[in-house]
Amino acid sequence: MTIESRPPPPQFVAKLRRALGGRAGWSGFVFQILFTAALIWIGYEIVANARANLQSQRIASGFGFLDNTAGFDVSQTLIPYSGSDTYTRVFFVGLANTLLVSVIGIFFATVIGFIVALGRLSPNWLLARIAGAYVEVIRNLPVLFQILFWYLAVLAALPNPRQSISVFGSFFLNSRGLFIPQPIANPGFLPFAIAVLVAIIVALGLRSYARQQLFAHGRVLLIWPYVLGVLIGLPLITSLLLGAPLTFEFPQLKGFNFAGGSRVIPEFVALTLALSLYTAAFIAEIVRAGIQSVHKGQMEAGASLGLSRGATLRLIVVPQAMRVILPPLTSQYLNLTKNSSLAVAIGYPDLVSVFTGTTLSQTGQAVEIIAITMGVYLLLSLVTSAIMNFYGWRLSRSLGNT
Amino acid sequence: MSDTGNQAFVRQELVPERAAPIRTTGFVGFLRTRLFNTPTNILLTVLSALLIWVTVVPLIRFLLVDAVWTGSDRNACLAENAGHPVGACWPYVEAKFTQFVYGFYPEAERWRANLTFVLGALLLLPLLIPRIPAKGINACLFFIAFPVVAFFLLHGGGLTAFAVSAAIVSILLFLLGGGARTGWPALAASLVFFAVIGVIIGLMGDGGRLPEVDTRLWGGLLVTLVVSVTGIVASMPVGIALALGRRSTIPLIRIFSIAFIEFWRGVPLITVLFFATYMLPLFVPANFTIDGLVRALIGIALFAGAYNAEVIRGGLQAIPRGQSEAASALGLPWWKTTSLIVMPQALRHVIPSLVNSFISLFKDTSLVSIVALFDLLGSVRASFADPVWATPTTLFTGFAFAGIIYFCFCFGMSRYSLFVERRLNAHRRS
Repeated sequence: MTIESRPPPPQFVAKLRRALGGRAGWSGFVFQILFTAALIWIGYEIVANARANLQSQRIASGFGFLDNTAGFDVSQTLIPYSGSDTYTRVFFVGLANTLLVSVIGIFFATVIGFIVALGRLSPNWLLARIAGAYVEVIRNLPVLFQILFWYLAVLAALPNPRQSISVFGSFFLNSRGLFIPQPIANPGFLPFAIAVLVAIIVALGLRSYARQQLFAHGRVLLIWPYVLGVLIGLPLITSLLLGAPLTFEFPQLKGFNFAGGSRVIPEFVALTLALSLYTAAFIAEIVRAGIQSVHKGQMEAGASLGLSRGATLRLIVVPQAMRVILPPLTSQYLNLTKNSSLAVAIGYPDLVSVFTGTTLSQTGQAVEIIAITMGVYLLLSLVTSAIMNFYGWRLSRSLGNT
Repeated sequence: MSDTGNQAFVRQELVPERAAPIRTTGFVGFLRTRLFNTPTNILLTVLSALLIWVTVVPLIRFLLVDAVWTGSDRNACLAENAGHPVGACWPYVEAKFTQFVYGFYPEAERWRANLTFVLGALLLLPLLIPRIPAKGINACLFFIAFPVVAFFLLHGGGLTAFAVSAAIVSILLFLLGGGARTGWPALAASLVFFAVIGVIIGLMGDGGRLPEVDTRLWGGLLVTLVVSVTGIVASMPVGIALALGRRSTIPLIRIFSIAFIEFWRGVPLITVLFFATYMLPLFVPANFTIDGLVRALIGIALFAGAYNAEVIRGGLQAIPRGQSEAASALGLPWWKTTSLIVMPQALRHVIPSLVNSFISLFKDTSLVSIVALFDLLGSVRASFADPVWATPTTLFTGFAFAGIIYFCFCFGMSRYSLFVERRLNAHRRS
């Protein structure tokens, strides 16, 4: 007697259930339908109301306004701009200013943050306390408060140009802003830049060759003298042959103001200062937590392998700490970028200030302008998280976690 | 054994006494081990001391030593009149104090704002102290009944409307408390609470009615607290719903929740406020106007809700699967599993993180001053324009005052979150 192999029960209905309603089945399907219907209804109401309201207020819609002449001036422009340019140009001027303040802010915030974190971890009691007090005070005050404080109170209290605070006789800080020397490219600049680039490529090549030798044959090559030689030598030779690549035009006091050099507007100084100091406090906490999260045994194991303290830190502790530090650090960078929109409070011409502020009040096209602004910030944060995710993935792969 | 005494290595005399070890305890020992043990540390200590000398000492001089304490206008705070370098100009804060706290809230009605502050504090304090019982009723009163009462007190309105909302809230609390089985204490507490406030309104208002105070007159610390408390209260249900939605098994709900959360977390709050101020009025029918304060509150609640959702999701992920499986095994439906078993544990887990996100929310309320609402920072900034108090130190005094208030609130909250964290992790400490 043989057992007839039964055909499997029909899977069609189960699969359909799964496909339409997920794990929740038919009730999930009904729920999804209702939910979609509600969304569509709300969306329809919003669009209909907006259209009726816009018509009754006689506000144009669509993106045609982007080609209209802006007709206002912007106090800091990285790309050429004049009042007769279009709103599209205004948008890019604002975006460039936002990116500028974000990048410089991120740089300083990272540097200050790491220094404060090291201070907090220092065995020196007094220094640890000072760093802790810095973190507590800065973190518990609103960032807008700090921006206004630097802009309205501190920078406005700076002396006039005649009594400006000077650093090395070439940087001048006064109530009109920060005056810095302006680099001017000489004919020899292009070969110089090429030489620097070549030197960097050669140095990277040397490094990868040395690593390959180390991993493949266990040979330790002493390369740093060559790297240093290339990095300094090549640019030096070109500049000796072709003359100095750059000359600096120094700001000079002429009458009541400075001439020459470049001027950094006080709004930029205040915003960068406030954002860097604010974000640095958060970064310091992240770095401290990251370093403390690495087990003490790792340090001891490194020492017992005969590695020096610096090598243990560089090769063992920091890579493991980086894995913990990186995700929150990324979100702090994004926070800084988003907080740079507070520029609108002090009139630094960032994206929100010139586009969502001035352009919106001139054209009245709130829907389009706010949608574009939100889209830009969304895009920035998505791109940043994508880059950081990739970096984190590489880091975890190099630590053998895949 | 007998020749042991002749062995050369047997010591015949005592080892000479060693010098006492360097003290590592006490004040001197502390100085030696923590401040002056190596040359680098000595250098760092000296530099730190210098840093304190140039920051803390001038700060104390400014706030206390050189400060002017009495006066009626700017003349008191000028260096030539005071006879010494002038620090903080406290009479300016005294003169502007009501503006900093109430904005332009009418003077005759300020008792209502004060009563709201007192009520809030009375309901909040027992909620924060773990030893005090009846947390459930207390939380219901603070998170559901108090906002309604605060609205009537601050905005004004008649007793009939108050009685209707009292009935609605009481029934809601009765149902939340467990209906006919366990809901009676919540119902009683709510009714007593509303009755007391109703009597006060009946006695103080003219003809059982509190005159309406337009939200445009609100300002200062009042607005800061209204915005942050409303934001905290309103963002919690939004956050819980989004967190559950993000873990839902129904694909569309999950996708929508993810998109919604990531959208609000990806944009700066200021654009959200612009959105709420300029776009929201376009989305509702033309005959329907939304108050300026309410618009900002909607934006802030959605924004904070998205951040809370991520915090709560972290808590939900920390609850072992076994909990919900056990609940299912007992025959509880999804709704009861979530509300009785999973969510209470998840929320307990994330109280410290939630408090941290409330701190950010509290700090972020300062942004409403950009969309023409006068919160504490906005009022302080507006007061700088007053020529009666225009002195070189007025700005610094105003910032010092606002900074101290912000710092006290945020520092208090962060200390409380540390306290809760330590309490929650008590079993883990060795």
